Amino acid sequence: MIDFIRNHRFLILRRLSQLTLLVLYFSANAYGLSILTGTLSSSLLLGVVPLSDPFAVLQMLAAGAALSSTVLVGALIVFLFYSMIAGRSFCSWVCPINMVTDLANWLRRFLYLNKTEKKVFIGRGARYWIIGLTLIVSVITSVAAFEMISPISMLHRGVVFGMGMGVAAVLSIFLFDLFAVENGWCGHICPLGAFYSVSSRFSLIRVKHNQPNCTLCMKCKGVCPEKQILFLVGKSSGDVSSGECTNCGRCVEVCDDDALSFGVRNYINKKRIGEI
Amino acid sequence: MSTNPDSKKPNITKRRKFFSNVARGVGLTALGGMVWTGYVEEAKSAPLILRPPGAKQESDFLRMCIKCGQCAIACPFDTLLIAKPGDNKPVGTPFFIPKDIPCYMCTDIPCVPVCPTGALDEKSVSSIVDGESILDINKSRMGLAVVDEESCIAFWGIQCDACYRVCPLLGEAIFLEHRRNERTGKHAFLIPIVNSDICTGCGLCERACVTEKAAIFVLPHNVAQGSIGAHYIKGWKEGDEQRIEELDMDDVITTTPISELSPEDSLNLDTGLFDD
Repeated sequence: MIDFIRNHRFLILRRLSQLTLLVLYFSANAYGLSILTGTLSSSLLLGVVPLSDPFAVLQMLAAGAALSSTVLVGALIVFLFYSMIAGRSFCSWVCPINMVTDLANWLRRFLYLNKTEKKVFIGRGARYWIIGLTLIVSVITSVAAFEMISPISMLHRGVVFGMGMGVAAVLSIFLFDLFAVENGWCGHICPLGAFYSVSSRFSLIRVKHNQPNCTLCMKCKGVCPEKQILFLVGKSSGDVSSGECTNCGRCVEVCDDDALSFGVRNYINKKRIGEI
Repeated sequence: MSTNPDSKKPNITKRRKFFSNVARGVGLTALGGMVWTGYVEEAKSAPLILRPPGAKQESDFLRMCIKCGQCAIACPFDTLLIAKPGDNKPVGTPFFIPKDIPCYMCTDIPCVPVCPTGALDEKSVSSIVDGESILDINKSRMGLAVVDEESCIAFWGIQCDACYRVCPLLGEAIFLEHRRNERTGKHAFLIPIVNSDICTGCGLCERACVTEKAAIFVLPHNVAQGSIGAHYIKGWKEGDEQRIEELDMDDVITTTPISELSPEDSLNLDTGLFDD
């Protein structure tokens, strides 16, 4: 039991973080608890601090909206938090869809679907094209394009205000990740994750690899939702410096050899290796 | 790769690879973009939707609304709903259904100041009193109440003034016009008339209407109203003639498709009626 908790410590903390946020948002609407009021698109923390989705704001600006300062300040706060400090941790510590895609991924491993399926190929670069497409469609339609179809917002709003047919959208993501493409939504399609990948390229909190301890068991690559970023494992010590790392910590907790850990990026000592 | 004219194999050069990859990226982006644009254009069209007080004109509102739901959370009567997938309304945006829960026109308008983007515009529902801007719900224009004379029992001669009594701007937004009932010769019709300059579209009248399906109902302004053209003058109304002097005549349209022909021709010619 102790071992199980130790080997899932970040997973447990992440679920706790994701569920706590959902409960707080839900309580604001249901019971008038004003700790976090609104939804992930935009909310008010403790009735004072505005928090807004910077990618949604970017789309709205592309759509030609003249926005008030509250939402711009909120977007800046969130943007700076992830890009300077926390990295792409929105995806693994906040986003409710992460629970859905993690379940699909776990089932995938449990049922050995990776060994039996026909490969459907979508490159992991597709998401960066989709960022561009999001902005183009926002310009053409004069409305924030991803916000019209985002299953993240549908699930989150669903928890706060009622799901409706949003269930179908969430189920679609689950089935896509389970049967079509491994890490299909979060790792290939989602432009919000891609946005945080680009913007948190230089963030401070990083997974660090200590190569001498590594026994090449490759458990870390088995659980990582963005395997390509762990290319340095077993080869060289240093920061996992790719912005695609969601700081989920799965690699750190499955490592039995103390070869992976969380740390602060070393900007002063320039010996770091593993730049993409 | 070197060129070999004798070989049957096509010569795949790096340049060819590069251009076909670019073409694939652009082509698939165009494909996705067209499907996505088509969907969004359909999905954002909701001509009969009623928005919260202070909402910008619909196209600007859709540009600016970040779909955070804070207006709905602030609404003390649960009037405001957030569109769910399956509601066939722009997903995540606030609206209300007067027949279920009308807008009770709170004087402090809690739904408007919480809007982080300005999609709900505080200025449009504020009045200047003694040089100070104060919220004034009576300035809101959520829609316009329209009476269907066929199904309104007051037009049958039955005494009913439910809509008039319940109107928050009683006697102003809805007033009763007394007309002689020629059928009986000794009774009066008490006809409800809506003043379109004053009606806020709160929908209390629709909620109060006693008929099986409400005979008075709220429609968005652009659905319920026509537009006469700025060059028409009410000669009997003081000051209306001066209005035309302040007009920029370049913006005034005095010809319509009907007025291009002479009155006789426009009514009697059958051009346009038949295809020949």
